[in-house]
Amino acid sequence: MKKAVIDEKNCVACGCCARVCPRNAIIIHRGVTAKVEHSVCISCGMCVRSCPASLIKMEETV
Amino acid sequence: MKKVKKWYDYLWILTPVYLALGFFNILFAWLGLVAFFTPLLISIFGGGKAYCNKYCARGQLFQLLGTKFKLSRNKPCPKWLYSKGFRYGFLTFFMIMFIQMLYNTYLVFGGASDLKQVVTLLWTFKLPWNFAYTTEVSPWIAQFSFGFYSVMMTSTILGLITMFLFKPRTWCVYCPMGTMTQGICKLKYRNKDI
Repeated sequence: MKKAVIDEKNCVACGCCARVCPRNAIIIHRGVTAKVEHSVCISCGMCVRSCPASLIKMEETV
Repeated sequence: MKKVKKWYDYLWILTPVYLALGFFNILFAWLGLVAFFTPLLISIFGGGKAYCNKYCARGQLFQLLGTKFKLSRNKPCPKWLYSKGFRYGFLTFFMIMFIQMLYNTYLVFGGASDLKQVVTLLWTFKLPWNFAYTTEVSPWIAQFSFGFYSVMMTSTILGLITMFLFKPRTWCVYCPMGTMTQGICKLKYRNKDI
């Protein structure tokens, strides 16, 4: 199943994705980067749409 | 699924209120220091980027205008905008402009230059703003107000432009405060597993 995957190296940690996530699957880890909890992610794509830097993609995860 | 709104989801109102107050009395510009020190203090004292994530009034306003009012094209921003070089470069530029503003205040404080009742937009356009100087105070207090209000106006305008061109909160990508707070967090947790 595809899940939200964040380019953590470039993430600006603004929190837009965490704000829109309906499952609260995203946290801003230590103010450095957003992190997705894949077991909670429902692949809705809200975060992908909201990310101002377009750094979130839906990718097949193992 | 609709999220339950928290009290801090209404902070966006502070941005238009702040900008409006500056039309009536420029001294209100000093209130903007809250938006300067709070994020720094939060990140220094271990709160991470809670300011950006939850409380930032400007970010919320852009989000509202860009999504509810559909004032954003919702296009991806160019890659260089989130590059380290541009973000730290913009922060440096912003700080130089900020220090210059403080220096102008200092000159007025020392009596070396006169109070200029202008608001400078985008570091270039000088607008006469004497109509908002209604209470007589020490000239340097007023000078700082005009300078700080110029900084706030300028950054709001830049934010509105990029909100329209790209995603609603594109400002957050190169916001100097955001870059600074993230930088502080990166330094603070450099030895921790991120």
